[in-house]
Amino acid sequence: MNLPKAKQDALTARLAGLSFDARGWLGAARSEALARLGAMGLPGKRDEYWRYTDPTSLTTPEPPPAAAFDAGDETPVFDGIDRVKLVFTDGVFDADASDDLTLAGVEIERLAEAGGADIHWAQGLYGVLEARGQNPVQRPLAALASAFATDGVLIRVTGRAAKPVSLIYRHVSETSDAILHHCVKLEPGAELTLLENGPAAARFTKVLEVEVGTGARFHHIRAQGRDHARRAATHVFARIGAGALFKSFTLTANGRLTRNDAVLELVGDDAVAHVAGASMGDGDFHHDDTVFITHEGERCESRQVFKKVLKNGAVGVFQGKILVKPGAQKTDGYQISQSLLLDGDSQFLAKPELEIYADDVKCSHGSTSGAIDDTALYYLRSRGVPLRQAQSLLVLAFLAEAIGEIEDEAIAEDIRSRLEGWLHRHAH
Amino acid sequence: MLEINNLHVKLEDEDKVILRGVDLKIGAGEVHAIMGPNGSGKSTLSYVLSGRDGYEVTEGSATLEGQELLEMEPEERAAAGLFLAFQYPVEIPGVGNMTFLRTALNAQRKTRGEEELSAGDFLKLVRAKAKTLKIDAEMLKRPVNVGFSGGEKKRNEILQMAMLEPKMCILDETDSGLDVDAMKLVADGVNALRDAGRSFLVITHYQRLLDHIKPDVVHIMAAGRIIKSGGPELALEVENNGYADLLAEVAQ
Repeated sequence: MNLPKAKQDALTARLAGLSFDARGWLGAARSEALARLGAMGLPGKRDEYWRYTDPTSLTTPEPPPAAAFDAGDETPVFDGIDRVKLVFTDGVFDADASDDLTLAGVEIERLAEAGGADIHWAQGLYGVLEARGQNPVQRPLAALASAFATDGVLIRVTGRAAKPVSLIYRHVSETSDAILHHCVKLEPGAELTLLENGPAAARFTKVLEVEVGTGARFHHIRAQGRDHARRAATHVFARIGAGALFKSFTLTANGRLTRNDAVLELVGDDAVAHVAGASMGDGDFHHDDTVFITHEGERCESRQVFKKVLKNGAVGVFQGKILVKPGAQKTDGYQISQSLLLDGDSQFLAKPELEIYADDVKCSHGSTSGAIDDTALYYLRSRGVPLRQAQSLLVLAFLAEAIGEIEDEAIAEDIRSRLEGWLHRHAH
Repeated sequence: MLEINNLHVKLEDEDKVILRGVDLKIGAGEVHAIMGPNGSGKSTLSYVLSGRDGYEVTEGSATLEGQELLEMEPEERAAAGLFLAFQYPVEIPGVGNMTFLRTALNAQRKTRGEEELSAGDFLKLVRAKAKTLKIDAEMLKRPVNVGFSGGEKKRNEILQMAMLEPKMCILDETDSGLDVDAMKLVADGVNALRDAGRSFLVITHYQRLLDHIKPDVVHIMAAGRIIKSGGPELALEVENNGYADLLAEVAQ
């Protein structure tokens, strides 16, 4: 089936500047991804899941220029945490800034070097979860990342990783357009914490595919950089096996446009998937969380907790779906999306969806928009807490449920201190 | 300590006058009680003094140790030594009780130019004070007032008062919703704070509380004004005869 001419032209223009690497097993996977992309075309404003977020700046041949941001007023996030660091500057791996990639129980390879190598496990994963995640909702930018990623990491975990693997994305060039694709495979019983932080580029297109084996545990915590003008389209695709745990938390402060897709499949029985986000925007800020969770196994639990703090015309979007397939009995699904609108100019758009084909399930969802509670504010002030401090305390309280999804207390505390820093800087 | 002169207050959003010339003078170390029928303006008086939004002072003044209260922000009034124990303590999900107490205490100390209390010293202090009010460690850890029973909320108010050590304490119907034992516990907490340098204004509907917290002066408030003041026997008179006689007396 051919694309309409306008869509075809847009796609051709977008791909013109990208180089395609057809070598080896990876080349075959890339070719399939390119075929998927060719059939879908790039996302457009009229696509059902792009109605609240204009994808134009994510699909133009060149990214709109975005100045790098000097966050000299605070130490980088996760700085105090012992971890194995991989640094990408504008999407290019920086070996000098990175650690030696050895970690007991973990194999780490770079995608840029994997094409020729025989990495058997990655062949069954790269582009595979992304391809599954294209149905029933198309995610063309994910296919684009599978086809054209210039680098990424392939991580296989066979035991309990002694420390987190940390991906650090630096943004230097005003016109950088980074495309990365990562794969993580946790063998049965394995455990890994993956940290990601930084703006990555003027525009960042990314896929992370995660296979969580039986009884394995995967923790993902990311902090998307503080750059004001950056744009990003990120995707997490995960397949979660029996008795396995998947937990992902994202902190987003600033950024002109961020679209974070999470497509999670609970395929084994008794699996758990939690996905949470705390985002704060002041002014020219558009943040979109789009989540699709499929329950296939029995007695699985999923939680979606998304909180957005918006001011000065910032826009927050949440599109969250729970699909319970026939036979996924005793499913426990929970979804909450809330915004705290600090003024009358900001906007929150939420689209919760439930689609249930099993008869013995528990699914709840809720969405609210509100201002800071005046009575609580007065109560705090009447005890001597100054106005701004009282407001910050209430904003942090609003975000607490999302941060509560981070299991590691040291990491949670780090995230909390980032939030406090942001609130302090954006108090008025 | 607290001096209120000819205070007139109306609601900000509607044309409704609530206080119509309140005069009240409370000396250091004194305990005053205000009683009065529903709608007489007792709670409004406490809100206006503590700085709640929604009220407009049209005339009069209120000073705490000579400082003009009505021009200060609520947090400045607190730092100056004013404390209101709420009739309906506010629930704040997501803010731990300990964090709340410590933030409030240190904010006040900072405003007054005093040194902030260390985590260790604070913990010692709060544990000791909580114990006498039968507030357990679990209650201190929970979010402020969330899931607390009526009695627990009122005890939590008294704990805040004990921690913040204000000069002027206003208790707005602190006895409402309390059983006899809980009221005794709260009253003991208040009595433990009685001091030559600390004054109390106890707002209540019932004489019962005044058996436990013995007032020096009792005021009767009606229609936005204090219509009669006297000794503790005035509270007994209200208890026995209601307000009708007093109101009739004033109307003459």
